[in-house]
Amino acid sequence: MSDERKYGPETLAIHAGAKPDPVTGSRNMPIHQTTSYVFESADHAADLFNLQTFGFLYSRLTNPTVAALEEKVATLENGRAAVCCGSGHAAQFLAFFTLLSPGDHFVASRNLYGGSLTQFGVSFKRLGWDCTFVDPTDPANFKEAIKENTKALFIEPLANPGGIVLDLEAIAAVAKDAGIPLIADNTMATPYLCQPMEWGVDIITHSTTKFLSGHGTSMGGALIESGKFDWTQGGRFPTMTEPDDAYHGLTFYETFGDFGYTMKARTVGLRDFGPAMSPTNAFYTITGIETLPIRMDRHVENAQKVAEFLDQHPAVAWVSYAGLKNSPYRDLAQKYLPKGPGSVFTFGVKGGYEAGVKVVEGVNLFSHLANIGDTRSLVIHPASTTHRQLSEEQQVEAGAGPDVIRLSVGLETADDLLRDLDEALSK
Amino acid sequence: MPDLNYSDDLIQGILNDTRTIAMVGASAKWVRPSNFAMKYLLGKSYQVVPVNPGSAGSEILDQMTYASLTDIPGPIDMVDIFQASERVMPVVDEAITLKDEKGIKVVWMQLGVINEEAAKKAEAAGLTVIMDRCPKIEYGRLFSELGWCGVNTGVISSKRPAMRR
Repeated sequence: MSDERKYGPETLAIHAGAKPDPVTGSRNMPIHQTTSYVFESADHAADLFNLQTFGFLYSRLTNPTVAALEEKVATLENGRAAVCCGSGHAAQFLAFFTLLSPGDHFVASRNLYGGSLTQFGVSFKRLGWDCTFVDPTDPANFKEAIKENTKALFIEPLANPGGIVLDLEAIAAVAKDAGIPLIADNTMATPYLCQPMEWGVDIITHSTTKFLSGHGTSMGGALIESGKFDWTQGGRFPTMTEPDDAYHGLTFYETFGDFGYTMKARTVGLRDFGPAMSPTNAFYTITGIETLPIRMDRHVENAQKVAEFLDQHPAVAWVSYAGLKNSPYRDLAQKYLPKGPGSVFTFGVKGGYEAGVKVVEGVNLFSHLANIGDTRSLVIHPASTTHRQLSEEQQVEAGAGPDVIRLSVGLETADDLLRDLDEALSK
Repeated sequence: MPDLNYSDDLIQGILNDTRTIAMVGASAKWVRPSNFAMKYLLGKSYQVVPVNPGSAGSEILDQMTYASLTDIPGPIDMVDIFQASERVMPVVDEAITLKDEKGIKVVWMQLGVINEEAAKKAEAAGLTVIMDRCPKIEYGRLFSELGWCGVNTGVISSKRPAMRR
């Protein structure tokens, strides 16, 4: 941004967005548990409503504690600005609402969190937003799926659930050629392990519920823009470049420049649809992020040990973790995730569905539940839970076949985790 | 596009030392970006003098509007240009001519406004030049307000920030 010194990720995780309070000197960001803010005058109120000045108006749009988290996340992702919201799904809704009109189209990787497949493929359809899913392991597939009305590409660089790493640089080149933004969900990798904007990603979404908050306590989402995408190209983004009726004809890109996209997501998306983040959840998430670098180092170290152990276990058919020597994604992981490919991955247990159920019921330390990115180690058998309504063929296509088990490796003593899995697999 | 790196110290120095801003291209329409910036800067105790031939003789945000920099009666610290890049040169020429008479020290071109030839000429005449920035956004960034809407201010500090009014 300027000639100021560069700080390391550990320093930024603690200090970015978290200046002392100017009035009280509070060193930690207080929880501003308030819905609204007193205006200085009628004119000040009008300025705030018109977006003519910066300030707090109503916590559905802005809140000091949430704002501190927003700046922290924007900084860690090397972005220009961020807007936080109630969940990762809300962040994805805001990301697309700010870009798309009914009849528009986007192309998404088919290797996404299952909830995103449903959000894009079923619920977005009802809003007139059309999505084509493609195999993301060949970047040419994105290019082929782009149509006249395509407004964005969407990927998970490190895909949930199964140890897949995408060629970010190549996919970003496809988006750039087409003059459309590349959106990446960086939840699985976190900004500590992967820096998507360094490779040409324009917009990032997060479920902050996962590794960022990190302790399984707080729901939240974030939407970050790089500030580098030119919304004027090709007349393709009227939601950014044409006067907006939702704000008396204000034009967001012209008025707010390189943070116009998140301003629009906030002042139209959050305002009119309401998925605000609570100040208390923002506080827990800020506290979580302060230790993100050291937690991620340990998550990755433990995941590597668990993956190597399972890879050698006689009851295990296969392990899909990009940190393993035999993974087809190892080279991509070393390029894009040099500190390690996260701690969420899948493995196949010999004996299919019954054997899978036995493992999730046989563990004692791993918690059987539907989340990832907790200090605690987590396990789920998708075929008997999240994907049970699908046919076996559909399950296999979604990476959730009858033998598949997904782990989110936590921060416990690694040997305890190995013993817990060994006992469950040997039952 | 040139890589425009301005240090926080430089920008902060300009914003601290400037009192009177001549805003070339200020619009009377409240929904225009220039009107937003003008209103914000007035609220931060700057004197902002709108320059717009179409509105000359009438007031914008209670400030008398002039047709040109030359017509402004008092001193000017900074000329802030809200015009297309290709229309910058005549304004810069006028600013150079009036530099000593009005005390002009800074030529500031708004977001998206870049004219390197004009910048070189102004710098050669001893003026400080900023391009492709908005003083409202920079003020908000450096004095803690911009972080209120989630923008990465780039400011890392354990000191209690001084809030300016």
